[in-house]
Amino acid sequence: MSSVAVVDYGIGNVFSVCNALRKIGAEPLLTRDPGALLAADRVILPGVGAFSSAMSNLRRYALDTVIADFIATGRPFLGVCIGMQLLMERSTEFGLHDGLGLIRGTVDRIPAVADDGHPLRVPHIAWSEVHATDALQGGWQAATFDGARHYYFVHSYMARPDDPSHLLAVARYGGHQITAAVRKENVTGVQFHPERSGPEGLRLLSNFVNASGG
Amino acid sequence: MSVRLIARLDIKMSNLIKGVQMEGWRKMGDPADRARKYYAEGADELLYMDVVASLYERNNLVDIVRDVATDAFVPMTVGGGIDSLEAAKALLDVGADKVAVNTAATKRPSLLNEISDTYGSQALVLSVEAKALPSGGWTAMTDNGRNHTGRDVLAWVEEAATRGVGEFLITSIDRDGVGRGADLDLVSAVTDAVDVPVIAAGGLASAEHVREAVARGVSAVAIAKALHTDALSLIDLRQELARTGTSVRPFAMEEAPGV
Repeated sequence: MSSVAVVDYGIGNVFSVCNALRKIGAEPLLTRDPGALLAADRVILPGVGAFSSAMSNLRRYALDTVIADFIATGRPFLGVCIGMQLLMERSTEFGLHDGLGLIRGTVDRIPAVADDGHPLRVPHIAWSEVHATDALQGGWQAATFDGARHYYFVHSYMARPDDPSHLLAVARYGGHQITAAVRKENVTGVQFHPERSGPEGLRLLSNFVNASGG
Repeated sequence: MSVRLIARLDIKMSNLIKGVQMEGWRKMGDPADRARKYYAEGADELLYMDVVASLYERNNLVDIVRDVATDAFVPMTVGGGIDSLEAAKALLDVGADKVAVNTAATKRPSLLNEISDTYGSQALVLSVEAKALPSGGWTAMTDNGRNHTGRDVLAWVEEAATRGVGEFLITSIDRDGVGRGADLDLVSAVTDAVDVPVIAAGGLASAEHVREAVARGVSAVAIAKALHTDALSLIDLRQELARTGTSVRPFAMEEAPGV
């Protein structure tokens, strides 16, 4: 099995992500060392909490440029939850904040009103059904989102990619379309928590870790 | 949206315990073993409460949470005695996804803002022990119904919602361990009062009880005694809910790699 590094930047759920990777037989390296990250076969960027504090931690450790360099190698990269939102150009959470800008689009608050006019409970905390879009073509992602799959979501903001070809999978909440997964070349992001999504989540991580390409 | 079926484990020292109306605790087994069993049977979430933590001024669950987190991959909420950012961090660092706060927040509500601002509202659950008043309404209690806070439940949840709470766990003391279903008037009043998800607890022991609570707007239910006594299994409950038209997560453990 190839090596997988998990970016350690002082933000949340790294413990759970590493536990889940061990469960599927991987040996995760939790690190913020640029050399170790650039040498890895694949990298996972986890994260929970606020977008701006996650982004400022990445910058504090100069990991924004390390991540960009890793992605330029063409090797597989996976962002989870805030780690997915950081891939976008900007977020409107607590003011306007720049992200990594690897995928064009914005992170916005989930509307507090359902499409039928009723109030909608936010955060969206649920096991929601995820479906692929027409943009899904091949790769470990196609092997993962190969039908209706349920994953655990907990978030108040969601990514809105500008280019529909980057929108890989969606869920629905209160009648709204929720971005579940994005992809641009070797960069994939998932809004839900595979490390907290039981057998389905482990299956996704296993597909990512064992993928032959991005 | 699918209702979340949460297995609730009340823990005293190293024992899983359960009482009736939060009194007369009996030992119900090893909490880590039970947590693994509920994960294997498809619990959508695990909720651990250290029921003596506020009394002893420390949460005793770090070791159990760390242990279970190595092989249970669903969200975990941990409560009991969390009175500071440091206490919250100790649990979040070993695999808890959310902390549930009660006693300390009733004394110092700004603790809610501190945890929410630092870890996000998605990591903060307010646990409310509600006791019905003869005069109507509900009063918020702490320490398993022993101590009065003087707070009206609805006023308290409305205030807490403004302080960044991401989810409310509402336990009816009157219904706890009784197995006759949730206090539906309480559930309705709270789901009307706040616009974040609400978890109903206390007395839920059947698919019918879950259905009633969902009809009153809850996003999740927490079940304890009916699971611990094996009177109800999560597998049967999920099947029965699906069969009768309540949306639940489809579940099949055999798909898991590494198990």
